[in-house]
Amino acid sequence: MNKRKQREITEAKIRTVAAYILLSVLTFLCLFFFYILLINSTREHVDIQKGFSAIPGAALLKNLVNVANDANVPIFNGITNSLIVSSFAAVLSCYFSALTAYGLYAYDFKLKKPAFIFIMLILVMPTQVSALGFLRLITKMNMEDTFFPLILPSIAAPSVFYFMYSYMQSSLPMSLVEASRIDGANEFRTFNSIVLPIMKPAMAVQAIFAFVSSWNNYFIPALVLSTQKKKTLPILIASLRSADFLKFDMGKVYMLITIAIVPIIFVYILLSKFIVEGVTLGGVKE
Amino acid sequence: MTKGYEEIGVASSTPKKEFWREIMTSKETAKRKKVSYSKWGYIFILPFFLTFAIFQLIPLGSTIYYSFFEYYRSGLKEIGPTFVGLENYKTLFETDLPKYMGNTFILWILGFLPQITVSLILAAWFTDARLRIKGKQFFKVVIYMPNLIMASAFSMLFFALFSDIGPVNSFLVDSGILSKPYRFLSEVWGTRGLIASMNFLMWFGNTTIILMAAVMGINPSLFEAAELDGCNHKQTFFHITLPNIKPILVYVFITSMIGGLQMFDVPQILTDGTGGPDRTSMTMIMYLNKHLFSRNYGMAGALSVVLFIVCAILCLFVYFSMNSEENSAPKKKRIDRDVLNTKAES
Amino acid sequence: MKKLMMIGSALFLGATMVGLVGCGGSSTPSSESKAPAADISSDGKVLNIWCWNEEFRSRFNDFYPEVESVASDKATTTLKNGTVVKWTINENVNNNYQNKLDEALMAQDKAAADDKIDMFLVEADYALKYVDSDFTLDVKNDIGLTSDDLADQYQYTKDIVSIDGVQKGTTWQATPGLFAYRRSIAKDVLGTDDPDKVQEALSDWDKFDEVAEKAHEKGYKMLSGFDDSYRTFSNNVSAPWVTGTTVNVDKNIMRWIEQTKNYTDKGYNNKTSLWDDGWASDQGADGKVFGFFYSTWGINFTLLGNAGEKGFGDWAVCYGPAPYYWGGTWLCAAAGTDNAADIKDIMKQLTCNHEIMESMTRNQEIQDYTNTISGMEAIAADSSFGSEFLGGQNHVALFSNTAKQIDMSNISPYDQGCNELIQRAMKDYFNGNVDLDTAKQNFETSIKESYPEITEVVWPE
Repeated sequence: MNKRKQREITEAKIRTVAAYILLSVLTFLCLFFFYILLINSTREHVDIQKGFSAIPGAALLKNLVNVANDANVPIFNGITNSLIVSSFAAVLSCYFSALTAYGLYAYDFKLKKPAFIFIMLILVMPTQVSALGFLRLITKMNMEDTFFPLILPSIAAPSVFYFMYSYMQSSLPMSLVEASRIDGANEFRTFNSIVLPIMKPAMAVQAIFAFVSSWNNYFIPALVLSTQKKKTLPILIASLRSADFLKFDMGKVYMLITIAIVPIIFVYILLSKFIVEGVTLGGVKE
Repeated sequence: MTKGYEEIGVASSTPKKEFWREIMTSKETAKRKKVSYSKWGYIFILPFFLTFAIFQLIPLGSTIYYSFFEYYRSGLKEIGPTFVGLENYKTLFETDLPKYMGNTFILWILGFLPQITVSLILAAWFTDARLRIKGKQFFKVVIYMPNLIMASAFSMLFFALFSDIGPVNSFLVDSGILSKPYRFLSEVWGTRGLIASMNFLMWFGNTTIILMAAVMGINPSLFEAAELDGCNHKQTFFHITLPNIKPILVYVFITSMIGGLQMFDVPQILTDGTGGPDRTSMTMIMYLNKHLFSRNYGMAGALSVVLFIVCAILCLFVYFSMNSEENSAPKKKRIDRDVLNTKAES
Repeated sequence: MKKLMMIGSALFLGATMVGLVGCGGSSTPSSESKAPAADISSDGKVLNIWCWNEEFRSRFNDFYPEVESVASDKATTTLKNGTVVKWTINENVNNNYQNKLDEALMAQDKAAADDKIDMFLVEADYALKYVDSDFTLDVKNDIGLTSDDLADQYQYTKDIVSIDGVQKGTTWQATPGLFAYRRSIAKDVLGTDDPDKVQEALSDWDKFDEVAEKAHEKGYKMLSGFDDSYRTFSNNVSAPWVTGTTVNVDKNIMRWIEQTKNYTDKGYNNKTSLWDDGWASDQGADGKVFGFFYSTWGINFTLLGNAGEKGFGDWAVCYGPAPYYWGGTWLCAAAGTDNAADIKDIMKQLTCNHEIMESMTRNQEIQDYTNTISGMEAIAADSSFGSEFLGGQNHVALFSNTAKQIDMSNISPYDQGCNELIQRAMKDYFNGNVDLDTAKQNFETSIKESYPEITEVVWPE
């Protein structure tokens, strides 16, 4: 008995040490890139062009002022636009994917199987080719230069759906749903008040991913948006990068990239609480 | 794809829930109940399909349609569309497509193996109440951070780090490991290695978070029970954690594979679209992208369809092989479920 | 790797992006898309100008005499006659500018009069794509500029936007190129840093190669990378890249391949690529590279910036082995415009009025080398106009001489793709990853991907 305990203690120690080593290496790798990003936003254009440096430059304020004063880069509009587009995209894709997943998970109906297979097929379909067709379509619908084509399509997000579906398989017992039905709740209420709380970690995970990918998305927004004040942050970064030689300044580019990252870090820390705390089944037993 | 039914079947095995079992087993009741409930199924999935029909169906349909046409732009002049049957497919298989498939697969595997291993380990550690790591919260935040950087910005940093005169090379030369700089982006495995590392760094945080969320969804009483029974970490991991997160694991595997087969942005940016050296880093979507510059909807469409079929076959294979594995241990699964359900109701 | 949401929408701000765009081959069978009929009225109140950065907008707002007021966010400029100029700026990262421009031009006939594009800007590499189409207007017959108006412009700037003798664009810039060398290295290698004597030593490629060998013996590199000398070769080809559906690789291109391979194997260069960090730092204080091919904008901005304070006075320019150009922006009038009179005046004032253009060149904040032969010759003769960075040398004098010799009559709509793809394909060969035949094969593969109408590639014997 004693021996076993001792062995367990040693094992635990080894595991802890191993954990710290691996985590330190990974942390270094992850933070290192942030570090050079920050460093580069403090450096002069010509210095950045010449390559890497581990030591900060003296141009932090200069770059910041340059970015803030550039009439071609309406940065506050950019942040607001990105926040609007990404928040709506994240909320819509999470809610409707969970709804769709629940529809296919909890109910039995004729088209259930075909519907599931259909969604899985679109998941597999490469969408590269259809981007320009999409642009033509939304032009016909008179939606160009608006946020709708960037927000509404996220209602149909096959990969988010599939995640929600898988999560329900592993964590949503039908018995809970039945209990709610017995209590007389209608199906929508059951979904909103019983299912969604259980899905919180899954929702938080996908909300983060959806938010971040929408936040960093360049290709589709660049095709859709034209008015300077409607542009999202990645387009503004791109416009700095395509500036003419007189105005081209990598210090500004890195500064704007850095500025663009700050809001998503906040969103991440905010949402990650839900994952970290974890809403366990025990928590909803009521 | 029978999974959904099976799960419901599992759930219905709960002895206390006669009601549900009635719905599932008694034909009469089922019919009556089905009518009232199936309506909700349709209602719940309606927004998804409506949105898809409005925004995606036409562009996607035309992708397949034009794969049978000669249709491209020469400058601003549109050539075609002229129906050419399977000509585009024939042309496609005369190109180096198998080579690009091979590249894609290699690049995916190089990134995915370390990614899934590290993610599983981290997810297990982060959710293990018995393993005390100081600053767990900090690490959880940090691992996801590379994903917040735009791929383009990330690769700009990679360029600076691994360039011929960059810090990695100066370190390797100064420390005497190499006699002259290793020109990463001019060497086949140097380039592939960088692409895989970038993919790994950008995505292992995501995978870890997904797996963590999955582990969090497991009823804690299962872990408590395991601890009481004297299970060690390994046993808990393999007998409690893994079986219970299996659907999510399958999800991770399949979406990773799709993401891998559709890998584009990282190699595109890192090799400046060339897929170099000697096209050894050219992935299938990069190849597809080449055709899009001339608006060659015919060839691009054909390539999309081929990619789609390859991807669908691989996914089906993975889905079913992982499912049958699951079926080999149905007892275990069912017991877990019962414990879980009983607990949830208590 | 779960980036399904990002597929197809990834953000590629990567280094220089591929901007391969198929260009019109007139001999290909085609069902031509309809261009809007050229009704050239002048009663429009909104003038839409499309560009990819704010360069032209700031020249316009600063130098166009008819500007009445500029909106605070710069989105519009009001002219004295009441016309409102509306600026649409779409950055050209990942070909975005051309993607949107193409779609808008093709929908031009359906657009409301005030939404139609009236004027748009193009770069030399893809200018012919638009020039060789019905979407652009003849600056003489349609817009109304006269040969006299255009007489003071450099011939090559007109050739680049002309098709079958019809000029369909005009520019305020000229971008002739020179060879910028380090005085200290020239002294060490050639015993002199005098631009005339250095030019004598570098006046053709054989002499250039000899100097490269000498420089190598002294521990220097002649050039920094593979692409440095490319334009100097490719601007002096004997025939266009493409005739019919055949790509003809010119002997001069082969000469570049041979020279670069030779330099790489013998260590006469540093194996860098344009714009990468190695290339930039080769221009810095500790650089050991003899010189760089740079055009107007490159010398007093990019090179000056890279060279830093210590480089002041250590650089000079000479003509180099052959005349060439690098860069430039052209204005095109779009078919379907209803502002012909405004467009004519803008083109006339900003690209034909030598006083306005000369003042751009003399403006220390801008220093554009402008497209006016007489204006540039006046500055060339101005002894007070010297560059401190170049040790007091009057670089404009050299530019104005070489600009007249640039011959771009062999330009083809395929230049952008051909030039980019041959450089990329050959990079593997220079690096020793593949042999010459494989590199050639890779070029053929990629050119056919980019231009599906191309049927064969012919290499010189």
